[in-house]
Amino acid sequence: MMNHLLKKLDTALLAIAAYGATAAWAVNDLPGGPAVRQLNLHPPVTKIAEEQVWLHWFMMIICTVIFVAVFGVMFYSIWKHRKSVGHKAANFHESVKVEIAWTVIPFVIVILMALPATKAVVASKDTSNADLTIKATGYQWKWGYDYINGEGEGIGFVSTLDNAQREMSNSGKPEPTDDYLLKVDNPLVVPVGKKIRIITTSNDVIHSFAVNSFGIKQDAIPGFVRDTWFRAEKTGDFHGQCQELCGKEHAYMPIHVKVVTAEEYTAWVAVENKKLAAKQDDPTKVWTLAELTQKGEKIYTANCQVCHQVSGKGAGPIKPLDGAAVVLDADFTKVIKVLLNGQNNAMPAWKQLSDSEIAAVISFTKNNWSNKTGQMVQPADVHAAR
Amino acid sequence: MSAVLDPHGHGAADHGHDDHHGAPHGWKRWVYATNHKDIGTLYLLFAFTMFIIGGILALLIRAELFQPGLQLVNPELFNQFTTMHGLIMVFGAIMPAFVGFANWMIPLQIGAADMAFARMNNFSFWLMIPAALMLSGSFFMAGGAPAAGWTLYAPLTLQMGPSMDAAIFALHILGASSIMGSINIIVTILNMRAPGMTLMKMPLFVWTWLITAYLLIAVMPVLAGAITMTLTDRHFGTTFFNPAAGGDPVMYQHIFWFFGHPEVYIMILPAFGIVSQIVPAFSRKKLFGYASMVYATSSIAILSFIVWAHHMYTTGMPVTGQLFFMYATMLISIPTGVKVFNWIATMWRGSMSFETPMLFAVGFIFVFTMGGFTGLILSMAPIDLQLQDGYYVVAHFHYVLVAGSLFAMFAGYYYWAPKWTGVMYNETRGKIHFWWTLISFNVTFFPMHFLGLAGMPRRYADYPMQFADFNALASVGGFAFGIAQVYFFLFIVLPTMRGKGEPAPQRPWEGAEGLEWEVPSPAPFHTFETPPKLNKDATRIVA
Repeated sequence: MMNHLLKKLDTALLAIAAYGATAAWAVNDLPGGPAVRQLNLHPPVTKIAEEQVWLHWFMMIICTVIFVAVFGVMFYSIWKHRKSVGHKAANFHESVKVEIAWTVIPFVIVILMALPATKAVVASKDTSNADLTIKATGYQWKWGYDYINGEGEGIGFVSTLDNAQREMSNSGKPEPTDDYLLKVDNPLVVPVGKKIRIITTSNDVIHSFAVNSFGIKQDAIPGFVRDTWFRAEKTGDFHGQCQELCGKEHAYMPIHVKVVTAEEYTAWVAVENKKLAAKQDDPTKVWTLAELTQKGEKIYTANCQVCHQVSGKGAGPIKPLDGAAVVLDADFTKVIKVLLNGQNNAMPAWKQLSDSEIAAVISFTKNNWSNKTGQMVQPADVHAAR
Repeated sequence: MSAVLDPHGHGAADHGHDDHHGAPHGWKRWVYATNHKDIGTLYLLFAFTMFIIGGILALLIRAELFQPGLQLVNPELFNQFTTMHGLIMVFGAIMPAFVGFANWMIPLQIGAADMAFARMNNFSFWLMIPAALMLSGSFFMAGGAPAAGWTLYAPLTLQMGPSMDAAIFALHILGASSIMGSINIIVTILNMRAPGMTLMKMPLFVWTWLITAYLLIAVMPVLAGAITMTLTDRHFGTTFFNPAAGGDPVMYQHIFWFFGHPEVYIMILPAFGIVSQIVPAFSRKKLFGYASMVYATSSIAILSFIVWAHHMYTTGMPVTGQLFFMYATMLISIPTGVKVFNWIATMWRGSMSFETPMLFAVGFIFVFTMGGFTGLILSMAPIDLQLQDGYYVVAHFHYVLVAGSLFAMFAGYYYWAPKWTGVMYNETRGKIHFWWTLISFNVTFFPMHFLGLAGMPRRYADYPMQFADFNALASVGGFAFGIAQVYFFLFIVLPTMRGKGEPAPQRPWEGAEGLEWEVPSPAPFHTFETPPKLNKDATRIVA
């Protein structure tokens, strides 16, 4: 009987181990992101994160010692002072001395805990003398990065979750992927060993900018500006996710920070500046319909498809674009207004897109699906409406 | 002496002769109920119903999170589930359940005939029904239920559909009900104690509820203010929280948590009270440090007003603000620790037995303390930067609200149900319920600590695959936990409500003290119609 049971247990354990092994084989640890079945904080990459990991261990050890001591006493008592073993109840029920002791001793312990924590708080709040200042703006549901001060000043771009991963999520059967829901089109690039100040704000609701390896988390609050900082001590890719509930796509606006050497950073800045110059809209240029729809399709996939769907039919409360009067209307001032200012709290404002991008995406929706109007909107029209 | 003390005790079916204006029958008994025992029963049944609804929502959440990818719901509906699970459990299940315990036990424990305001008592219960219907019914409104989290942070609430207004209205009504209930409890305790029951002789459950009731009166209007401002922002053109017109979304968080943190203690102090009754009873020894328990409870209540912003470390407070709220929060661990030490000192050198109430009480002390320690770790602002808004926080507050409040309520149920129903519950089934609940609870919530440390944010419908195994484990545990509670209702509560089981003696627990054990089981419809004469400790009736 016993043997039989043991055998069964053996098979069960084997099955569990096999399951664990296959899971581990399918998905690997993501350096700078989560590890498979990770048990503790991320390996720190900044002094602040190092301090946090140390503090956490420090607290864990103190708490575990107290826990074991207190519940050691309780379980000893449970074992020895039972009625079933014939223990007679004692009669004491008061002692001012004991009460004072177990008020004062915890008080001293708490002060000991507070000292190193205070040091870490003060350090994490000191955002002065930054080498590079970057503004991170939360949008529903993507991050916008603007290099405000320091090398690369003037660079700005939007960082969105890889659309294929978003679709994988919807399918219900995502392929094993190491950076699932963490892959973005344009990562934030920063140089190693430099003090980076991140200014956060938001375009709509509250988001939160967080990178675990750096030990930073700062809410991005609309109408307000807050800041935090980090100095990465290693190059590599580091991942975070939005941490404050911001609506339906909350789980789909990751943060990817690429820490590179000073030389690589300088090279990256040069490339970005060139791109920036190329992107500059020439307000006098008149675009052809083909140019507009081609560019528009890309803008649509990156920004609009999440809600309005590939089919342009929308879903649930999301309005369709296919066959919509406001899209088909030859007078395009209305639709430009909707894109610039948003509508009914449901459609966010898209004024962060450039004139040519807005013109292109409108032209695309006017000529896709069953919408075959042949109409187009020129960047100059958008510029005029701003 | 009144028939209450009739040593022959007539049982539930027959308390005829002293009921000259006795128990009404049929639906009128419940709709027009003014008897504290009936209203207590109504509260408890209502709370359990909401607990099941909130539990189903929790299991839908766990089912979706069983695997990466969206299999069952879209993210919008997922957010509705998390929001409504929180609102329903806090305002529909835990708070009303404790009011149910208060209604049943406070008059019995202080030797009062009933609650001070019997009709207001009826009103505060029946107000909750339309509120609960409106809250749960918001799923069927255009755009679905509110999806802004139970904390209802602006400006996300400003984007919600019409169900947001329904939820705000429902919370207003529930708040009004809570305030009425609190006034009733305070007036009852302060005015209707039997002669000789001085404040410092009151059972600790009464003490903790007295303090809780003051907390409720202090903070429910603050919540009402916050959500009213949200309502006027939504409809009447005010801009309290709308940054586009100069409003401040962070101000909402300050106001909300000024309510929210005392609210946390509203949900745990009565639990402390219940445990403080049960531990001495089954240790057959007086509660250690009665006075220090009262002072500790009061200190926790007072401190609860100056710690609110520890929920907001990541909003970007000045360094002095962070330090102040960190120190104040850490201080709370001291009176809480004193309570745990007192319970263990009560058990020390007692003569303990472990019937189900004691099992749940000891389980409470053990598992709640784990939640207390994670709370201490979260109170440290630098560590909180890693853990805020992640699964570590989810683990922490379920350790204190499920293993804390809920376990204490189970303990209280097993302890007092013989008095309520007149029959003993089935002890074996009670023990099965305890172990099943304890184990499945830990399987569900312990892995969440790891998820939180590894950085998994809360309120996520889908997550990176490295988190998959612990999520699967938590989901399995969650379903086991849910089944345990259905078992509890069908196989333990229902039989006792139908009067099936051993008849309960007047004092079913050898070491139990207090006036509730001085009346027969089941407690007659009317008790203490004339004030009883009490002994020196105010624990027994003399004469």
